[in-house]
Amino acid sequence: MKTLILIILGIVIAPVLGGLIAGLDRRLTARLQSRFGPPLLQPFYDVAKLFGKEKVVSNFWQVFCAWIYLIAAALSVGLLFAGSDLLLIFFVQAIGAVFLVMGGLSTPSPYSQVGSQRELIQVLTYEPLLILVFASIFMVTGSFRVDEIMAYEQPLLVQLPLMFIVLGYALTIKLRKSPFDFSTSHHGHQEIVKGILTEFSGPYLGIIEIGHWYETIFILGICALFWHTSLVGCVLLIASTYFAELIIDNTMARMTWRWMLKYVWSIGLAMSFVNLIWLYAG
Amino acid sequence: MFKKFIGNSRAKSPWIMHFDCGSCNGCDIEVLACLTPLYDVERFGVVNVGNPKHADVLLVTGTVNHRNAKVLRNIYDQMPDPKGVIAIGACGLSGGVFRECYNVLGGVDKVIPVDVYVPGCPAKPEAIIDGVVTALAKFEGLKG
Repeated sequence: MKTLILIILGIVIAPVLGGLIAGLDRRLTARLQSRFGPPLLQPFYDVAKLFGKEKVVSNFWQVFCAWIYLIAAALSVGLLFAGSDLLLIFFVQAIGAVFLVMGGLSTPSPYSQVGSQRELIQVLTYEPLLILVFASIFMVTGSFRVDEIMAYEQPLLVQLPLMFIVLGYALTIKLRKSPFDFSTSHHGHQEIVKGILTEFSGPYLGIIEIGHWYETIFILGICALFWHTSLVGCVLLIASTYFAELIIDNTMARMTWRWMLKYVWSIGLAMSFVNLIWLYAG
Repeated sequence: MFKKFIGNSRAKSPWIMHFDCGSCNGCDIEVLACLTPLYDVERFGVVNVGNPKHADVLLVTGTVNHRNAKVLRNIYDQMPDPKGVIAIGACGLSGGVFRECYNVLGGVDKVIPVDVYVPGCPAKPEAIIDGVVTALAKFEGLKG
C-alpha cells in the first residue's frame, strides 16, 4: 500500500517539479545571456497551449510512441520514488527512450530521420555509463534496491566522486544540453530544424515535453542518491549540478556525434575504471 | 477551468516562425532584432521556431512572386490551428516598390489570409512586437 502511494506521489509530483525546473532553466539561461527571460511558469503555458492545438499526425505510430515514451518515463520515476530495483528502473526508462526514436523514425522526413539516428547514438553513449554508475552503487552498498541504498549510512559521493561526474555526462546528454544537443535542442535553439521532434506537433509534442520533465526528475533523482543522508546536502548537490549544466550549456558549442562517442566513452570509462580500482584498493 | 487555462496559455506562448518571401533582408534583420537581449521577446514566451508544425504565428516579410507563392501556401497549410499570420514591411503588405514588377503577385494577402499588417520600410522591432501582440488578441478571442 505504501509502495503504491509512493508511486502515485512520484507520478503526480514529478511533472510539476520538472516543469518548474524547466522554467527556472529558461530564466537562468536568459540571465546568463543578459536577457530577462520568460516567466517561471512558461513551460506549463507552452504545454497547455500545445494541448489546445489541432491534432496533426503523419501516422498512428507517432501517437503510440509518444504515449509509450510518456508512460515509460512516468513509470521509471514512480518506481524510483517507490524504492524499486535500479536495474528495473533502468530498463523501463530505456523502453521510453527507444520508443521516442521509433516515433521519429516512423515518418519519412529527413530531419526526423537524421535526428532519430543521432538520438539512437546518444542513447548508445549514455546507457553503458548509467549501467556502470548503477553497478558501482551496487559495489558500495551491496544492493540495487533504492530503499536499501537509502539505508546506507554514508553519502555515496565520498566513495564514488568520479562516478558522479560520469553521471553528469549522462545528465547533460539526457537534458539535451550543449555540447550534446544534436538530436534535438531546447529553448529557441534549432538543430536540423528540431531533429527527432520535427514531425511531432500539437498535443503529441506536449506529451513528449511532459515525458522529458519526468526524465529530468529521473536523472536528478539518481544524482540525489549520491547524497541521500541529508536533505540539505541532497538539495545542494542537485542545485549545484543543475547550475553547472547551465554554465556548460551556455559556454559550449554544439559538437558532432563522433566527438561525443569518442570523448564521453573514453573519459567516462576511464573515470569509472579509476573509481572502481580506488574502491577496491582503498 | 482547463479550457480557460489553455486560452490564457495561447496568448502567453506564441511560437513564431519567420518566412522570408524574397525580402531585401531589412525586415528580416528587424525581426531577428526582437529576439536579441535589447528587446528580448522571450519575456512574453515568444520562441523563434524553424518548424511550421510547431508554430502559432507566421511572420512573412517581402513580396510574393509566382515562384514562392507555393512555398508560402505550403508552410501556412502545415501549421496546425489556431494560427495567425503577420505581414511585415511595405513589400509584405502590398508588394512595395516592386508591386508593378512582372513577376510579383503583390502582398502576402494575395496568397494566404493575413491577420495583422505591420507597415514600415523596414518595420521597426517595436512595431513588429506590437503586431505580434495584436495577433494574440485573435487567440484571446478563442478563449472558451
